[in-house]
Amino acid sequence: MNLELFIPEMSLAAFAIAVILLDFFVQRKGVLAVISLLGLVVSAGFTIAMWGGSPQAIFNDMLAVDSFALFFKLLFLGIAALVILASVDYAHKLAHFQGEYYALVLLSTLGMMLMAATTELISIYVALELTSISLYVLVGFLKDPKSTEASLKYLLLGAIASAVLLYGMALVFGFSGKTQLGQIHGAIAATSSTDIMANPGLILGIVLLIAGFGFKVAAVPFHMWVPDVYEGAPTPITAYLSVGSKAAGFAIILRVFSSAFGLPEWLSLNWGLIFAVLAAIGMTVGNVAALPQTNIKRMLGYSSIAQAGYLMVGLATVGIAPAAAVLGRSGVLFFLAGYAVANLGAFIAIIAISNKLDSDLIQDFSGMIKRAPVLALALSLSLISLIGMPPAAGFMAKFYIFSGAVQYGLLWLVIIAVLNSVISAYYYLRVVKVMWFGEPASETKVPSSGALRLALFLACLAVLLLGIIPGYIMNLAEAAARMFIF
Amino acid sequence: MFNYLSTIVFLPVVGAIIIALFSGGRPRLTKYLAAIFTFLPLLAAIGVFYRFDRAAGGFQFQEKIPWIAPLNAFYHLGVDGLSLPLVLLTAFLGFMVVLISWKIDLRVREYFAWLLLLETSILGVFASLDLLLFFVFWEIEIIPMYFLISVWGSGRKEYSAIKYVVYTLSGSALMLAGILSLYFTTEPHSLSMVDIAQQGLVPLVTVIPQAAIFFLLLAGFAVKLPVVPLHTWLPDAHTDAPTAGSVMLAGALIKMGGYGMIRIVVSIFPQVARDYAPLLVTLAVISVLYGAAITLRQTDLKRLIAYSSVSHMGFVLLGIFALGQVSLTGAALQMVSHGLITGLLFAMAGLVIHNVGERDLNKLGGLARQIPIIAVVFSVAGLGGLGLPTTSGFAAEFLVFVGSFSSTIVSGIQVYTILTVLGVVVAAGYILWMLQRVFYGPVLEQYHAVKDADVLERVYMFAFVALIMLVGIYPAIVTDIIKLGISPIISFLGG
Repeated sequence: MNLELFIPEMSLAAFAIAVILLDFFVQRKGVLAVISLLGLVVSAGFTIAMWGGSPQAIFNDMLAVDSFALFFKLLFLGIAALVILASVDYAHKLAHFQGEYYALVLLSTLGMMLMAATTELISIYVALELTSISLYVLVGFLKDPKSTEASLKYLLLGAIASAVLLYGMALVFGFSGKTQLGQIHGAIAATSSTDIMANPGLILGIVLLIAGFGFKVAAVPFHMWVPDVYEGAPTPITAYLSVGSKAAGFAIILRVFSSAFGLPEWLSLNWGLIFAVLAAIGMTVGNVAALPQTNIKRMLGYSSIAQAGYLMVGLATVGIAPAAAVLGRSGVLFFLAGYAVANLGAFIAIIAISNKLDSDLIQDFSGMIKRAPVLALALSLSLISLIGMPPAAGFMAKFYIFSGAVQYGLLWLVIIAVLNSVISAYYYLRVVKVMWFGEPASETKVPSSGALRLALFLACLAVLLLGIIPGYIMNLAEAAARMFIF
Repeated sequence: MFNYLSTIVFLPVVGAIIIALFSGGRPRLTKYLAAIFTFLPLLAAIGVFYRFDRAAGGFQFQEKIPWIAPLNAFYHLGVDGLSLPLVLLTAFLGFMVVLISWKIDLRVREYFAWLLLLETSILGVFASLDLLLFFVFWEIEIIPMYFLISVWGSGRKEYSAIKYVVYTLSGSALMLAGILSLYFTTEPHSLSMVDIAQQGLVPLVTVIPQAAIFFLLLAGFAVKLPVVPLHTWLPDAHTDAPTAGSVMLAGALIKMGGYGMIRIVVSIFPQVARDYAPLLVTLAVISVLYGAAITLRQTDLKRLIAYSSVSHMGFVLLGIFALGQVSLTGAALQMVSHGLITGLLFAMAGLVIHNVGERDLNKLGGLARQIPIIAVVFSVAGLGGLGLPTTSGFAAEFLVFVGSFSSTIVSGIQVYTILTVLGVVVAAGYILWMLQRVFYGPVLEQYHAVKDADVLERVYMFAFVALIMLVGIYPAIVTDIIKLGISPIISFLGG
């Protein structure tokens, strides 16, 4: 038993429990944030120490410790750290249960880390539920009507999605008799194509898996929950949902589909095509629906649906061109990193601004460049990155993910995607326009805490670094996309 | 080895950062900083122009370091005979617009920061030899222009700004798809414009038909140049932009379209360019004549000059797709010349509008008496615009016409050429009529106290006029260099 390979997860779990226990004794709740951060840093340290080692499987091949998992673990830890830094300012809205808040963030991070590593259907389900249940609670944390409604909606729809997912898993298990991804792959390879076709259980199972995972990554047509939940949830949690849970969903999709259903080729071609169509519909629906939004959190909700569409271009590449699977996967990985920092940057700036204004309406951001120049500039940079314009991360991310698609005959999809970027420019720039050209409603400055400014600085720095010198992270993503057991 | 090109390209943005960080609340300091950080690149550009080895030709002052290894992208700068005059033009205009903007008093710090960022992006476009780097600079330019138009513009400024963004982004989105297709067409995958053009695409199996990549790339450049019917952003953006924005737009920015067509589209797809030249030359004729006709109908001073740009850029399109040595040289010279002349026209129009406070041609009149200096310089620029000998406009248009007429590649080019020459006749009409409506006729009472140009304004007027005359009288100073850049392209064309 290689328990040392499980240390990042165990240490994070220990810190989460420690935060809950310390909550009884500590009066200044800021300390809990510091301890949570410490937990993330320690876990990240263990994870980095494992980078470069040979890939291994632990717990009877239920968990993989490969570069792919490590890349995602670091991504989740980084995201969680920024979310916690940004939450410090928000904490005054949470009269009670601050300890639980931080602990739940850590626990959902733990779930995401497990999602990136699991290679077996049942543990996938457990990891997914650990993430989701923590998030259901976090969404309802404000305890006002909107937040409660969001939480309930998320819970009910999430439960249905989980049920669909379980049903899909059951069908796949029924067909192959295995739950381990590598063994499922073996079972499929041992069956002739005609047998697979004659028995629609597997195909139906795959479709149901796409639906279940599609809900988690907020892909059209499983996106209905997004705007309401994003609007109602505490803003740091909205940020967390929009990047963390989405990235975890893509991690699990990549692993399941590449490992279990990567071959035979006609099968991967089919699910690749499903993802291509979902991508085209997703980005168009997301972008068009974002156009008339007046609440910035709802707008970013729809924008995240569109971004899931761009990401699915990478999934489609993986499916349609198995020869380009590495390029397709690394495109998704790099895009997730770029999207995460840009979206977090945007949300962190919004947290600070809405805290002062007590409003999420775009029109209330008017003249923000005069009241909070740093926040407005950072928000503008993040939005420009989300459009996909240089010199920000979003541009390189799009260039990279689309380059794989173009190489393998998905030019039609890429053209739809780039034209979608133009549509998206319209609503992202509307926010920029209001902030820079509008008249400020009052002269009072918008304050922000040191922790929040640090988080914002880190996010913006990452946006620029990934946009100007992306080579290093691209190499990491490529290494991660290559080293992939099962 | 001193990195001239990086210095030229990045000094303005360094200036922009310094201004953004340190010059809060001190508008005079801001303006001096902006002047310094645009004057130094101009000096360096003059140095490059002077030291450019005319005997050797080819790409010089190259800088090449790996940039993004997984994509095989390089930070690769270099100038040849084609790009050097445009780099010099942009550096010149970059300094001039700072002088032109000296009287700005609204949000001075932001204004100059955006202006300098804009200059860096345009210089970067002309200096990059890597397609990804080129595209990055191409896209960066959109944001500063958006801000310049929507904050410091006039009229329907926010509408014009977003229209500009949507048009440019649509074009460049297709261009991005084209660049990606091109990237995977080459073997080994390369983003270097020079290598791709030299190795040629003929023996390779392309992802999609070459013509499709050609038109994807062309879409981006055609929006920028602009080519009718993709031109409708231009009158709005030019009219509503602040004076410096109009000068940069008309002077340097739309040249990016023509430059891209020559450097990328024609150089990399010579055969496709030959196949589709008749179509593009037809569009050139339409741009020239439609642009000229609609210019005649304008009553707004700036809008009139904006539409005349559509017509004048039609000459560039004609020269490029006549695909002859002389016609391409003429097209490149026309870009430089138009940059100077229209730059000056917009500067003068801005001055008239600022000093007089009126932009409607029907309400202006008789100003030659009150503002004689502006009147004279405006007239010189106007005469350049209609192609009077001794101005650069004449040399450029003459070369375009002679070159196109004698081109052997496109059949029936003579007819197209003669049709576009009609554009010059109409140009004489609209420019003289405009000058007449602004400066001549009865002296109007309400403009009694209008002030003429001050010392600073006379300085930049002089610089513009001197250059227009210099190129007009001795065009070889530019064409000798341009020829060095054009001749390799002619060898790709096999003509």
